[in-house]
Amino acid sequence: MARALINAPAKAKRGEAIEIKTMISHMMETGFRPDSTGRPIARDIITELVCKYNGEEIFRAELFPAIAANPFLAFFTVATESGTLSFEWTGDNGFSATESVNITVE
Amino acid sequence: MTRADGTSQRTRRRFLVETAALAGAAGLGLDSGPAGATPASMQAAIRNVTGEAKLNKGRVKIDVPALIENGNAVPLTVSCESPMTQEDHVKALHVFTEKNPQPNVIGVHLGPRAGRTSVSTRIRLADTQKIVAVAQMSDGSFWSDEVEVIVTLAACLEGA
Repeated sequence: MARALINAPAKAKRGEAIEIKTMISHMMETGFRPDSTGRPIARDIITELVCKYNGEEIFRAELFPAIAANPFLAFFTVATESGTLSFEWTGDNGFSATESVNITVE
Repeated sequence: MTRADGTSQRTRRRFLVETAALAGAAGLGLDSGPAGATPASMQAAIRNVTGEAKLNKGRVKIDVPALIENGNAVPLTVSCESPMTQEDHVKALHVFTEKNPQPNVIGVHLGPRAGRTSVSTRIRLADTQKIVAVAQMSDGSFWSDEVEVIVTLAACLEGA
């Protein structure tokens, strides 16, 4: 299981736009690099990140090989209600990772 | 067509010869280095997103260092002016490069719940080149911004 880090405020005011920062350990092999024999190393990247706020999708990103290793993504969302932010990464070779954080909205 | 048959034949022959020469040149070009995106393939990738719609300049902003020492991890922020309401919001942001092996970098899908349109990530840049960001609005219009960056150490192609 890849190590994932989420940085989001634990508490927020209702209606406030909060920044969510995510990072996951993954080498993001581009598929364009040659190995020692000159043949390209097969592509192995994370292709998608989906973020859901209490089950409703609020953010989705399609990633390509041009995203640096250990993909970092930061974005905003409006704090609407207390609950859970869940994150799911999927990628080549059946890669899948999930993480979630709780948020309290006052 | 008023052209006589003979002329038409000659033109066709010349066309075939020229096409063959062009194909040869393209083949040589591919042999001399790894296949990469070109300004043309970037335009094609952008068209893939916008379709026939007009691409306007403005509203979107790319924030990236102008001089990049290491192309393996370049901080990039794309933001867009929008009230982010149900009626008027940014639906998607796309980033493209001109000379990476592939023109696409990232595609982000947002909605009115984002509150603020600002997405940050770290990207790879294979060469000194142009970066283009395209935003798709809820009313169907497309807005873009482009920046030129200088890369001293390229990503992706070590050993090539």
